[in-house]
Amino acid sequence: MLRRTSFYISAVWSLSLVFATGACSEIGIDRDLSGRVNIESRWFPKAGAFSGQGSHAIGFFVLPKLYLADAKGRSFTLSPFFRYDNADPSRTHADLREAYVLLFGEIGDGEWELRVGIDQVFWGVTESQHLVDIVNQIDLVEHPNGEAKLGQPMVNITWSSDWGGVEFFVLPYHRVRTFPGESGRLRLSIVVDDEQVEYERETRLDFAARYSQSFGALDVGLSMFNGTSREPFLMPNVDSSGMPVFVQHYDQIRQFGLDAQLTVGSWLFKLEAIQRAGARNLLGMEEDYVASVFGGEYTFYSVFGSAVDVSLLGEWNYDGRGQSATPGRSPNTLEDDLFFATRLAFNDVQSTEIIASILGDVARATRALSVELDRRISDQLSLNIEAIHLLSIDKADIHYDTQRDSFVDLSLIYNF
Amino acid sequence: MIPIRLFVVLCPIVLICVDALPAHSETAEEIGLKIAGDARAREEGFRNFTAQQTMVLRNKHGQESQRSLRVKVIEVSTDGDKSLFVFDEPRDVKGTALLIHAHRESADDQWLYLPALKRVKRISSSNQSGSFMGSEFAYEDLTPQEVEKFTYRYLRDEACGDLTCTVTERFPVDKKSGYSRQLVWRDKDEFRVWKVEYYDRKNAHLKTLTLENYVQYLDRYWRAGEMTMVNHLTGKSTVLTWTDFKFQTDLDDRDFTRTGLRRAR
Repeated sequence: MLRRTSFYISAVWSLSLVFATGACSEIGIDRDLSGRVNIESRWFPKAGAFSGQGSHAIGFFVLPKLYLADAKGRSFTLSPFFRYDNADPSRTHADLREAYVLLFGEIGDGEWELRVGIDQVFWGVTESQHLVDIVNQIDLVEHPNGEAKLGQPMVNITWSSDWGGVEFFVLPYHRVRTFPGESGRLRLSIVVDDEQVEYERETRLDFAARYSQSFGALDVGLSMFNGTSREPFLMPNVDSSGMPVFVQHYDQIRQFGLDAQLTVGSWLFKLEAIQRAGARNLLGMEEDYVASVFGGEYTFYSVFGSAVDVSLLGEWNYDGRGQSATPGRSPNTLEDDLFFATRLAFNDVQSTEIIASILGDVARATRALSVELDRRISDQLSLNIEAIHLLSIDKADIHYDTQRDSFVDLSLIYNF
Repeated sequence: MIPIRLFVVLCPIVLICVDALPAHSETAEEIGLKIAGDARAREEGFRNFTAQQTMVLRNKHGQESQRSLRVKVIEVSTDGDKSLFVFDEPRDVKGTALLIHAHRESADDQWLYLPALKRVKRISSSNQSGSFMGSEFAYEDLTPQEVEKFTYRYLRDEACGDLTCTVTERFPVDKKSGYSRQLVWRDKDEFRVWKVEYYDRKNAHLKTLTLENYVQYLDRYWRAGEMTMVNHLTGKSTVLTWTDFKFQTDLDDRDFTRTGLRRAR
């Protein structure tokens, strides 16, 4: 129901976008329409574990972006998103990624910035997971890595000066995480019901804040969140027809976060840590905990006299809850997991880049391998090929059911 | 602020004194440094400027590819300048922005804004010799050429077109530079650079930059409209065209912060 409503809202916005583009060139407003169309084909070499799951999914997404600004730089940004997937109706969805007004001005030696509407916010520095990043809900049906996010309604005020920057967020609406449907791959043995959602508290007005500053080579961020968790606890239940389902349950949590990066020569040293209270662990019990990601990145520039840069990345993920930690990045729980990656940037005209990574549990048998290639074909077309190989998944892991869901993804992207 | 004013005031006096001395008392290194210092003094006071850059990348088969970006630069009187690059083309990197806080004595600070993720990333500035967007320009060719980043040796005076140029050899201080040395042709009237030859770490003549279509802004600041970089080893070339120069706009420090980077256009 929610999904359908959001689709209609997106459709109306998209239409107004087209009209707005035509109308405002007359009245001295700077406008810019850009965006992306992505045609995607996903192939799963192994047959699915559950009936109705296919081996091949094709689809596309469109993500236009309209930017309108007046002479003073006050602007409105609108970016609706629509995805079609032929294999999983739950992956076919629409969203408003961005729809906000941006105002800014001077205050003393510094400046203020106000964003009102729907936007995306990124906090953090590490690559294997984004622990402190909490403002937006994850659009999980897009990709199991959780990098895609749903638009979040917000009022965001930023004040920055020589002493750093402070951002405040009032988040008046909670977005529900998307999950694969019954015929989709990368799902659990029990489907997550997208019609039943439970909240610990009915009023859902959330707050977040972050302070950030650069001290020479060191960039530091301190953040805080108070409100409805973005991470659902999956509670076993039955749906309207009596079938077993998982119901998403959202607790009230409070989280403190720290992110830091030290940039020295070709080294990047990274740390993210959170302290979270009020959330349930894997066993359904409330447990306060600390989690962290610690690691670094080193780049060899122009190796062997070529133009190629080779980066080596390593990160250690820790979660104080141990075996009762909730899922981190599918299929890993990230309670004690190591991440190693290498990135080859060819620095050619096509900006060819290859990233290979492995994320593995130190104690358990869960290991996932990923290889990704990005290459520009022309000024407007680019290509992305990604293979995710789930080497093994420990029987104790909640994602054990996805062990047959290794896949190869081929995307052709038209940028306009 | 005060040291700079002092420098501007003292500069002509120093010049007069230096000119009055017999030429042989100055070493080639001193003359080279003086030319670089004079060129910088000539550049001071521009406050800020914005411009549009278009790069045409050409390989040895003549195939072309285009980059277009907008540049904003603000002068910092006591340190290196701050600059902001915002990409328009190719379209897959549209909206990507690079913020550089250059430093005279230490490594530059660089942040990259990735619009698809809305992520601001602090990046290493060690990548001096790497190619900028696949072009024949390295990062170190495009970032501000602070006087302190080289040592100098004046070689000779030479005719360049209708003008007379000084030819100075300069040696990068940074060991991460891709060059062992550069030869710089600068005219004696206005300190404009007309040609730079780049020699790689093996001292092979790697690239040549030629600058054309100079226009003077605010009766003082000369800017080349076209810069052509030819790579002699690969046969590839990049033509960088500068347009829409605007000086002393209402830009200020606030446009060159990490917060400002997120709304860079």
